[in-house]
Amino acid sequence: MSLETIKTDTKERFVELYRENHNLIKNDSPDYINEIREKAFEQFKKFGIPDKTNEDYKYTDLNKEFDNTYKMYLSPKNIKFQVDDIFKCDVPNLNTKVILLLNGWYYDRENLIQELPGGVIIGSFQKAAELYPDLVKKHFAKYAGFENEGLVALNTAFVKDGIFLYVPKGVVIEKPIQIINILMDDEEGLTQHRNLFILEENSQASIVVCDHTLSMPNFVTNSVSEFYIGKNAQFDFSRMQNEHNGSKQVSHLYFHQERDSRVSANNISLHGGLIRNNVNVLLNGEGCENNTYGLYLTDKGQHIDNYVFIDHANPNCTSNQLFKGVLDDFATGAFNGKVLVRKDAQKTLAYQTNNNILLTDDADFNTKPQLEIYADDVKCSHGATVGQLDEDALFYLRSRGINKKEAKLLLMDAFAHDVIQKIQVPALQERIQDLVDKRLRGELSRCNNCQMHCC
Amino acid sequence: MEKDQDKILKEVTQGEYKYGFVTDIENEAIPKGLNEDVVRLISQKKNEPEFMLEFRLKAFRYWQTLKMPEWAHLIIPKINYQDIIFYSVPKQKASGPKSMDDVDPELKATFDKLGIPLDEQKMLSGIAVDAVMDSVSVKTTFKENLAELGIIFCSFSEAVQEHPDLIKKYMGSVVPYTDNYFAALNSAVFSDGSFCYIPKGVRCPMELSTYFRINAANTGQFERTLIIAEDDSYVSYLEGCTAPQRDENQLHAAIVEIILNKNVEVKYSTVQNWYPGDKNGKGGIYNFVTKRAKCAGENSKISWTQVETGSAITWKYPSCLLLGDNSVGEFYSVAVTNNHQQADTGTKMIHIGKNTKSLIISKGISAGFSQNSYRGLVKVVKNATNARNFSQCDSLLLGDKCGAHTFPYIEVDNKDSIVEHEATTSKIGEDQIFYCNQRGIKTEDAIGLIVNGYAKEVLNKLPMEFAVEAQKLLQISLEGSVG
Repeated sequence: MSLETIKTDTKERFVELYRENHNLIKNDSPDYINEIREKAFEQFKKFGIPDKTNEDYKYTDLNKEFDNTYKMYLSPKNIKFQVDDIFKCDVPNLNTKVILLLNGWYYDRENLIQELPGGVIIGSFQKAAELYPDLVKKHFAKYAGFENEGLVALNTAFVKDGIFLYVPKGVVIEKPIQIINILMDDEEGLTQHRNLFILEENSQASIVVCDHTLSMPNFVTNSVSEFYIGKNAQFDFSRMQNEHNGSKQVSHLYFHQERDSRVSANNISLHGGLIRNNVNVLLNGEGCENNTYGLYLTDKGQHIDNYVFIDHANPNCTSNQLFKGVLDDFATGAFNGKVLVRKDAQKTLAYQTNNNILLTDDADFNTKPQLEIYADDVKCSHGATVGQLDEDALFYLRSRGINKKEAKLLLMDAFAHDVIQKIQVPALQERIQDLVDKRLRGELSRCNNCQMHCC
Repeated sequence: MEKDQDKILKEVTQGEYKYGFVTDIENEAIPKGLNEDVVRLISQKKNEPEFMLEFRLKAFRYWQTLKMPEWAHLIIPKINYQDIIFYSVPKQKASGPKSMDDVDPELKATFDKLGIPLDEQKMLSGIAVDAVMDSVSVKTTFKENLAELGIIFCSFSEAVQEHPDLIKKYMGSVVPYTDNYFAALNSAVFSDGSFCYIPKGVRCPMELSTYFRINAANTGQFERTLIIAEDDSYVSYLEGCTAPQRDENQLHAAIVEIILNKNVEVKYSTVQNWYPGDKNGKGGIYNFVTKRAKCAGENSKISWTQVETGSAITWKYPSCLLLGDNSVGEFYSVAVTNNHQQADTGTKMIHIGKNTKSLIISKGISAGFSQNSYRGLVKVVKNATNARNFSQCDSLLLGDKCGAHTFPYIEVDNKDSIVEHEATTSKIGEDQIFYCNQRGIKTEDAIGLIVNGYAKEVLNKLPMEFAVEAQKLLQISLEGSVG
């Protein structure tokens, strides 16, 4: 086990850390990964951690957030716990295959890679890079471009472990796969896991990701996930972010969609000190459909920033974005959605909606929905609102004998339901609806579904 | 009526830029280039008081520390400031025209050609005009009639001489010279412009208008408009601009400042028709303008209306600072880009007072190889309770080589405010064109018809004479874009 303390000046600190632990980082990674690692490191030296002068990070100063002495694991740390006893994040009636990541490392160290019927491969990214070099080589760092993004470069430079999933041609995985990211340690730590999901032609899969913190120290996560969605493949992605208020999470999702593929991504943020979600979608073939949805419920001093970039590089594609949020106390938030329709992407349909409710005067929301369109035969629209609950609706409910608190909850519930109903897995939809209800009532303070009840 | 239609049709079919002529007037210009001596020379030529020179020098020194901004969605070729003449005056007898007879006949002919009624006798439309050619104000009409009401409407230079206290108090109070790159440049070298003061309780009986014309080659035009509206007053202000057709690009960087006290209403309308460059994107005006209104008192209303059809590059964001409680800001815009034009335009609504309201209606039309962007900010600060904003930004694409972009920024910091933004981008529906074709309307005319309908919401906000002009302009600007 190795534990490194990161020193002053954010960028320099990482540069130094990389140099000092050069061997340790490169150790047990194949050459082709180390090659990319070096390139990414050079890019990181150029860009550093984005701050407010970066237009895409205008409302979230990450340089400040990373400016702390965190520990970072360069090899897995052994923490043993009985998964079933300690943790029941499962969704009732939802038959899933559960996979755990602990502080960015694949948890089941004895069984790093599993081959499932039909040729599906699932397991640790590090192990997969060693066992299936052709597959990983073909896709790794191909979609998550680190040329312009300091944080992706940082992640790529330090890439060690994460989740790897491969679904071969024509295979349909019936059961959703549940990935649980657990952060648990006695000291403040930084994790940077790297996931790679490959869905070949005509395949189908559904993934549920839950992010949790199981101990009190402050954690910072900078994760990158790459998704290759082959021709005519279908992919459902749902994520629930439920970490404590001291945690900071930056996640980058890169979807690369081939012809006629369909992706639906739901992101439910219930808790988390600082959340920054970057979703980048490239529609790399005709007839693609992409649905990116998000719901965020924040209170206290939390900060949430959703960034979505959809690149309509080809004709006849459709994209939908719907992001909704309720901000309470002195929470702050931002939304930055960008749709780029390239020159030849005729017959594009792109819709983008962002609605926000501010419950207090101290809450603050900034939204920046953008359209950049270079083709003429398109239908694109966006809408953004920041406001409150509808007074008339509230009055209507109250005139029917519903007290103010309940009436408000009812309206907020209805507001959130727009996003929840987009979740494809019915059992999960029910579960999330339940969690959101509790969250709005203030009953879910952190990890209600975790037996530790550490809060 | 029929004749009128014929005329419009003729204009449409002949298209292109009709204000591209050059007037042959002798100019008195200073040498090319920009340095502190040039700034001093301009100030000296204009016989300015000490405080003006100081203001200019401060601005110039500040400008030297700045870099050209790059955030706009524009490709701006490097501007060589040493290759521009910063001050050029059409030569005149004595110090300024006393009556119409004193105005250079060539000059008069120019403005007649442009349809600007300098000749008061012929003037039936009831518009007071201040015409600015190159660097100086040529002639202000109806000055005497307005003076009876206490309204001061004159050129900026005249105001500097005659009302230095007002200039000193208000100049730079809305757009300080530190505001941005081009504001600093303008503050250093501005030559002339219009000044307007509406005293307390006065409703200006006629439309006030400024007409800007760049004539001389290699010159930049840097004018400044300052409008001060005291309590309970009203004024409607128009602005128009044209320039001759030249192969090189010319720079225009203006500042407009409007101060509104209590219970004031100001309407500011612009029909911007600088030379847009030819079909291949050669030549044209770079139009970098800072316009801002400050609603300092309660219950004031500022309304910006703009029709932007000209300029090779437009960089313009007429903004409203809503400081007073219950103040209202409005922004109506039609921006048309064709051929190789680029426009990055929009507005800023800063809600600071309580119960402030703002409305943004922006219609972008792009054709040819042009790029047309809307960029806007709606900011509601914490104390601006009950603020309300509605923004609608639509873009119309005519052709597959142009671009339409929307970059709205919405920042809300309290719970009582409602801010809404919506935007759509699409092309003209084939069914709409088919419907017109079916009724015997040619595709080209059908597009003109549809575009005018699309922009109607904004055009309706323009004063009558301008609205007709703007409608024609829209049609001409889109000439040849169908195909």
